[in-house]
Amino acid sequence: MVGEAEPEIEGRRIAAEARDRVRFEEEALALADQVYRVARRLVGTREEAEDLVQDTYGRAFRSWRSYTPGTNLRAWLLRILTNLNLDRGRKVQRTPDMLPIEEGDYYLANKMAESQGEQVLDQDRVVEKLSQDSIVTALSSLPHDFRDTVVLVDIGEFSYADAAQILDIPIGTVMSRLHRGRRLLKQQLAEETIG
Amino acid sequence: MSHGPCDACEELLQGYLDRELTDSEVGQAESHLDGCDYCRRRYRFEVSLRQYVQTTAVERMPVGLMEKLTQLRTEQ
Repeated sequence: MVGEAEPEIEGRRIAAEARDRVRFEEEALALADQVYRVARRLVGTREEAEDLVQDTYGRAFRSWRSYTPGTNLRAWLLRILTNLNLDRGRKVQRTPDMLPIEEGDYYLANKMAESQGEQVLDQDRVVEKLSQDSIVTALSSLPHDFRDTVVLVDIGEFSYADAAQILDIPIGTVMSRLHRGRRLLKQQLAEETIG
Repeated sequence: MSHGPCDACEELLQGYLDRELTDSEVGQAESHLDGCDYCRRRYRFEVSLRQYVQTTAVERMPVGLMEKLTQLRTEQ
């Protein structure tokens, strides 16, 4: 009699696992648009972003058992994605000694005030003087390590702690890359827009 | 121009916008911003810049990608 009970238990286990799996897949797919938004700004082209997101979901669907239900699934997916992006090899990487001298956080605002007068900063739509193309270009030209952090926090709206977990770096490193990345971004926008 | 307290405010502002400062740092930033037009303008500028960068940088998922992802699911 004991022998007959086992297949039944096994059957229930399989059914429960199938339900968990379907739920995981549905939750992951519901986040696809948000995952794509981050992916799109981490790589240069739409095609690369699509490939990266597909590879991410392929891997996620295969290794869904390693996800702990109730934890941040979006962060879990982004961790796979940023690892895959690293694996793809980032051949062109500017070395830190080639970075421009770093200006302060007020640099862009100061440049605009210098060229158009301090009062320009009181205009509600002053930032719209920056072209949308220049913003996309400036983001994509950030050194990879800085870009990853800026994109996760400023586009993906992850906390410092989540970004640290996703990139597997200490929180202090997230902060310094984020601050330096944003400064570089503003510097480039200032150069492109104001000259 | 030299801005001693403004330099300190400039240093704190990113963390302030990220809501990652300690209570005493928040107090320091806010009491400076209350009394300084120069920094308040730049604070408002940073707020709009972030918003603008985010809206500009967001590109929606291409049509068809969701279907490809769904296929990955059923193929497994």
